[in-house]
This record gives sequence, structure tokens and C-alpha cells, in this order.
Amino acid sequence: MTSKKVELMVGVFVAIAIAALLLLALKVANQGMSTQGETYELKAKFDNIGGLKVRSAVRVGGVTIGRVESIELDPKDFVPIVTLAISSEYNEFPDTSSVSILTSGLLGEQYVGFYPGFVMYDSEPAYLKNGDYIEDTKSALVLEDLIGQFLFSKGKD
Amino acid sequence: MESLINLGSRTLGKASALGRAFLMLMGAIVARPQPLKNTPLVINQIYVVGVQSLLIILVSGLFIGMVMGLQGYTILVSYGAEGSLGPMVALSLLRELGPVVTALLFAGRAGSALTAEIGLMKATEQLSSLEMMAVDPLRRIVAPRFWAGMISMPLLAIIFSAVGILGGHLVGVDWLGVDSGTYWSVMQATVDFDKDIMNGVIKSILFAMVCTWIAIFKGYDAIPTSEGISKATTQTVVYSSLAVLGLDFVLTALMFGIE
Repeated sequence: MTSKKVELMVGVFVAIAIAALLLLALKVANQGMSTQGETYELKAKFDNIGGLKVRSAVRVGGVTIGRVESIELDPKDFVPIVTLAISSEYNEFPDTSSVSILTSGLLGEQYVGFYPGFVMYDSEPAYLKNGDYIEDTKSALVLEDLIGQFLFSKGKD
Repeated sequence: MESLINLGSRTLGKASALGRAFLMLMGAIVARPQPLKNTPLVINQIYVVGVQSLLIILVSGLFIGMVMGLQGYTILVSYGAEGSLGPMVALSLLRELGPVVTALLFAGRAGSALTAEIGLMKATEQLSSLEMMAVDPLRRIVAPRFWAGMISMPLLAIIFSAVGILGGHLVGVDWLGVDSGTYWSVMQATVDFDKDIMNGVIKSILFAMVCTWIAIFKGYDAIPTSEGISKATTQTVVYSSLAVLGLDFVLTALMFGIE
């Protein structure tokens, strides 16, 4: 009933579909790179996170080293706490490192810019560990605040 | 009074058709599985329904991707945001166009053929002859076609999206000069495997069920004359398209609506 040719064509069809799914998974969604591997968590408090979202990138000098894991509001201070999942490959950031929320391009999405601090060689180097808070943070630039400041400074002239 | 009677009889007719459609589907798919006997039948039908639809899916996927690359570029470049071409093409294909256009093409290419085939089998009393030989036509004729549609359409939708994204790359990158690295990397930063790709696949599985079910039922329930079959074939395409478009809105609202 089922000839060899039909079976072959169905096999080719399914193989093409699997290849297409692999293309979508690896090339389009980058499933293999972003979620794979061990990560550790760092936390940071910001005054304002602007348009930062869960899964936004964390970058050091443009290289993505992790993603935003979760965003929640501190119930006592009412400031946002951003949890960053950083690849365990990069586990020697000094505790003097700082983070700020940046925008890629004029209309691009927002990401967390990570600036490694300096290591003091005369003392014992202290590295950021899982669950540590990054103390030095700079908030997102909110356009309305910026315009407000500009108008205010203009008004004083 | 006359119009009320008319309305009542139409409602009863629709309701009983719905009931018959449900019974047919149950009769076809709720049965003792016989993998050895049925797998060759299903493979044969996947060939007819899936493999033979491959060409139209590839060509239309490529062209829809190319058109989206062209249109997206001309709009995005005026904001200096042509880097967002990749996610625009990818998200619209994966979430909407892939499943929906595949379902519409499938209804036109394969659904109408299924209806005509089963309807003609009914008109030429092949289905009755099968019953005479103690072969259940629901299991022998209807069930393999249903499963073939359910298997083929998600695969076709995935191929459609992949080819469309490559088509967008062809126009956007190779022709209009968006940077290739930007095209892929911004896409990778935006597209989520579970949220975008899998939801698209779930959509196409549901569309596959609706389209194949309508096609098979319209054929199985057709009035066994040449007119009846032609009417059933038309209804298959119209009903499938409307059902897919309506269902798509509901699914989009559920999947990508307010969280």
C-alpha cells in the first residue's frame, strides 16, 4: 500500500520540518546560548528602572554576561530590586563594581550595563558572591525628568 | 411566524450537524489504536496532505517574508531603527502569519481536496461498500486523514516561519543592506522559545484540528450528488478560513494579551 517513494518523501518532509525547528530554536530564539549553563545571582537596588524588563541583557563593555532574572519592589523602601543572573564563567567581579541602566541606541531596548570595579592589590580582594547586593547603582534616564531639569535650569537664567 | 419557524429549523439543523460532526470525530479518533495497521495509512495521507502542500508553503513563506522585509525596512528606516527588522519579521511570522497563513493555504490546498475525496467516496457508495465488508470507514478513511492533517500542519507552519525569516533576511540584509549580525542578534534578544515559537506551534496544532475536522466532516456529511460535493468543498474553504481567523484572535488574546 505504502510505496517506498511515499515513505521517502514523508521522511524528507519531517526532516525539513525538524531542520526548520532547529533553525528557529538556535538561530532565531538563541535557545542554546542564553539559558544554558550555570548562573549565579546578584541583586541591585535602583531608584528607577525605566523600561527594563525580565530577560533584558546584562552587559560588560557590550558583551552579554547574563540576563535580568526578576524585578520586584522592596516592600519597605519602595525601590525596585533587580535580580541579575550572571554566567558562572564570570565569577570574579570585585565588590566595588557598579551597574547602571542604559539604552541601546536612541529607540532601542534597555539593558543593564555592568562596570567591574578595581581590585585593591594591597588588601584581600573581595568578590561579588551569589545573592550579594551591588551597592553602586545608577538609575535609568527618564526623558521627562531630563526635560524637566532642562526647563528648570533654563528658568533660572 | 414563518421566519420564526425558519430560524428554529435552521438552528436545529446546525445543532444536529454539530452533533454529527462531534460523533464522527469521536468515532474516528476514540478507538483501539492499531499502530501496525494504521501507520502506513497515515503515512500515505501525510504524503498527500503534507508533502504535496510543501511547495505552496515554501513559495508563499518565502514571498511573505520578503514582502515583510521590504515593507518593514521602508518604515523602520525612516526612524533609523532598521536594526529592529529582524524581530519584526520573526515575531510576526512566528506568532501570527506562520500559523494563520499556513492554515488558510492548507484549507485551500488540502482541506478542499479531502472534502472532495471523501464526498466522492460517499457519492460513489465506496463508504457503504466498506461497511458491507465490515470495515469501519471512520477508522479506515476518516481517522488517517485526520491524524495526517494534525501532524502535517504544525510541521508546515514551522517550515513557513523559517523560510519567511530567511526571505526577510534575503531582502533586508542581502538587498537593502541591514547588517546581518544586527538582524540575527536583535532577533535573538527578542524572540523567546517558549513564549513565541511554542505558542505559534500550539496555535497551528489547534488550527490543524479545526481545518481538518471541518474538511473531513463536510465531505463525510455531503449530499452525495455532484452539486452537494461542490457545495461542501466551497463550505470547507469558507468555514475553515473564518474559523481560523476567528480562533486566531481568541488565541492571540489569550497568549499575548494582557498578562
